[in-house]
Amino acid sequence: MAAMLQSVRVSSASFHLPDPSKVPVSSVCALPVIRSGEAQVWIRFMKLGGLERSLPKRLRHRLKILPQQLQSQAVVWLLLEILSEMPHELLLFEALREGLEEEMDRDPRVCVMGEDVGHYGGSYKVTKGLAEKFGDLRVLDTPIAENSFTGMAVGAAMTGLRPIVEGMNMGFLLLAFNQISDNCGMLHYTSGGQFTIPTVIRGPGGVGRQLGAEHSQRLESYFQSIPGIQMVACSTPYNAKGLMKAAIRSENPVVLFEHVLLYNLKERIPDEEYVLSLEEAEMVRPGEHVTILTYSRMRYHVMQAAKTLVNKGYDPEVIDIRSLKPFDLYTIGNSVKKTHRVLIVEECMRTGGIGASLTAAINENFHDYLDAPIVCLSSQDVPTPYAGTLEEWTVVQPAQIVAAVEQLCQ
Amino acid sequence: MAQIIHRSTNLLKTVSAMRTHPPASTTPITVETSLPFTGHNIEPPSRSVETTPQELLSFFRDMVLMRRMEIAADSLYKAKLIRGFCHLYDGQEAVAVGMEAAITKKDCIITAYRDHCIFLGRGGTLMDAFAELMGRKDGCSKGKGGSMHFYKKESGFYGGHGIVGAQVPLGCGLAFAQKYSKDENVTFSMYGDGAANQGQLFEALNMAALWDLPAIFVCENNHYGMGTAEWRAAKSPAYYKRGDYVPGLKVDGMDAFAVKQACKFAKEHALKNGPIVSRTLHVRPWSTYRTRDEISGVRQERDPIERIRKLILSHDLATEKELKDTEKEMRKEVDEVTAKAKESPLPDPSELFTNVYVKGFGVEAFGADRKELRAVLP
Repeated sequence: MAAMLQSVRVSSASFHLPDPSKVPVSSVCALPVIRSGEAQVWIRFMKLGGLERSLPKRLRHRLKILPQQLQSQAVVWLLLEILSEMPHELLLFEALREGLEEEMDRDPRVCVMGEDVGHYGGSYKVTKGLAEKFGDLRVLDTPIAENSFTGMAVGAAMTGLRPIVEGMNMGFLLLAFNQISDNCGMLHYTSGGQFTIPTVIRGPGGVGRQLGAEHSQRLESYFQSIPGIQMVACSTPYNAKGLMKAAIRSENPVVLFEHVLLYNLKERIPDEEYVLSLEEAEMVRPGEHVTILTYSRMRYHVMQAAKTLVNKGYDPEVIDIRSLKPFDLYTIGNSVKKTHRVLIVEECMRTGGIGASLTAAINENFHDYLDAPIVCLSSQDVPTPYAGTLEEWTVVQPAQIVAAVEQLCQ
Repeated sequence: MAQIIHRSTNLLKTVSAMRTHPPASTTPITVETSLPFTGHNIEPPSRSVETTPQELLSFFRDMVLMRRMEIAADSLYKAKLIRGFCHLYDGQEAVAVGMEAAITKKDCIITAYRDHCIFLGRGGTLMDAFAELMGRKDGCSKGKGGSMHFYKKESGFYGGHGIVGAQVPLGCGLAFAQKYSKDENVTFSMYGDGAANQGQLFEALNMAALWDLPAIFVCENNHYGMGTAEWRAAKSPAYYKRGDYVPGLKVDGMDAFAVKQACKFAKEHALKNGPIVSRTLHVRPWSTYRTRDEISGVRQERDPIERIRKLILSHDLATEKELKDTEKEMRKEVDEVTAKAKESPLPDPSELFTNVYVKGFGVEAFGADRKELRAVLP
């Protein structure tokens, strides 16, 4: 039986569950055709083998209540879902969903609101299946009114609920800037501590694949001066789930920046529950020669450049800062004290971006430890063009990173 | 009631003994509102309002207190003890008092920056208010909010907001939370006629109607939005009709009983059928953008305190002198508290960094360098 499962599992690894209501079973590619009779047999085997213990709660529950006369398609889908869940390799948007679901199970005050989050399942599938499980009020489909539903989330948070606002694209949250800045960020202060606003504002941002200027915005630079909010950026499935859970549990308003191009990253994450710290940076690759600070998608460009650099004999230390407000200057400082050279690689705009603030912070605190001026590679100060080549040159590319490190280490 | 009687002179005691005994404080009295209600997509409530002598006298007392507080705030502002913005509510006390009479402390109220009297109505003390206005640490927001940021969480008063119209979606959120926790309470989102032209208002109306939230949108119309007259800013001044599919009610905001009746009616409607818009009409006489004739005319005809005074006198609940004594008593109270607030201490410099963040799950507010704590969190 294990061998049977293994063979199916190998092919299910590259398989995404399409919407069951739309796709007939036989068109599921890369899998042997599973007939419902077989599926039922496998499920019975699983129960006998005690395999259900390692499944997540919701699948265990469904396994338990699966009646024998169930429609064939449902049985097969259940089996496929089970198989794709073990042993816990998943995509970034699934990791976000898992974190979200666990927190919603844990605390009945957690609710989600945003455009297309409910019945559509989320524009990037982060909330898929949650509306069916938790109901329409807890996973609320809002009209296209960012200002108001963000305000609504803040009002609900004032009474004790823990809403999560999803911006379909971070750029749309500019319409809610007043609510985020004045009400979300400042109410705790202006009420003298009477109200806490435990909201999470999340959504994908960043430069995608030719999405155009208005849909490729990086809002971290605009939000960073708002007092009272915290900002984090996730980059891997592991830290996405951990940061999502930490953000929901935090009493402060947290803005969680995701990236449009990172949703399909795959990684194996722990089965047991974990929560990450919102103010800590992640050491991606320890090194000796230069500290490269980065976050979100640029982490992958940096790692690609790091391969080239290692071949050329350099030893870069790569840190994913994760926490954009406040900066984890402790980890960063220790690294600066070791390498004495800093390169910041970010996707933000050059003017007034996260890199600019980080440069100022490092200069202020660790000036004596620097052997060379801090180099900051950011996106160009232009609206993101539609043409593919131009868009490529708007953001920092690995070749530029390699060149910058070579320059810095001379 | 007993206090007022004790304050009378001997002569008056004799006079009152000769008069027929005044009605007991809980005997119901029926009062007619000054103007009929106008409904939009809804049957308006009746003009007859039930009240008791106790309520009438408490209305008078509360409104006089609010009026005196606002006048004192005005003189403090002119003396530069209150800086920045100070938006006064004198002339509109009927709304604060009438609304409180119709609802409980579990219902939520959220309003814009003209919040001093609503704060008092919700149970805030004079000391909290004056200390906050003068930026002292005994203020309701520890001196860090100011005139536009009064809040009282325990009694469901959610402020106190400076940006015109931004509080309306928040009110929608409060109603959402009430629906979420199924606790049979309502939210009153108050805003002015200036804010009625904000887009977020219509967005909030749409959402409240879509999800049947127990939200009541109250537009306090004083015909001026910031400094600009209504006819210059709004194409349709019938704010109670602006809800379109949401029923509306036009209320005379200078009559405390009209407001009380409207709020009671609105609360019942919101709990059963969803949101409702109510527009209370006021004229705020004491403002710099009106002519002198406008001001004196309004004072005579439409002052809410005068109306209650006439009602009390016509029902023989107290004498002219007793009412004047109440006014003097309120004035004295306000003066005492103002003096006390003037002496109260300013906030400590370390308060600059408190309450920016909450010490929650794994959070401490550090400065740029994590080694050095810049703020000691509560």
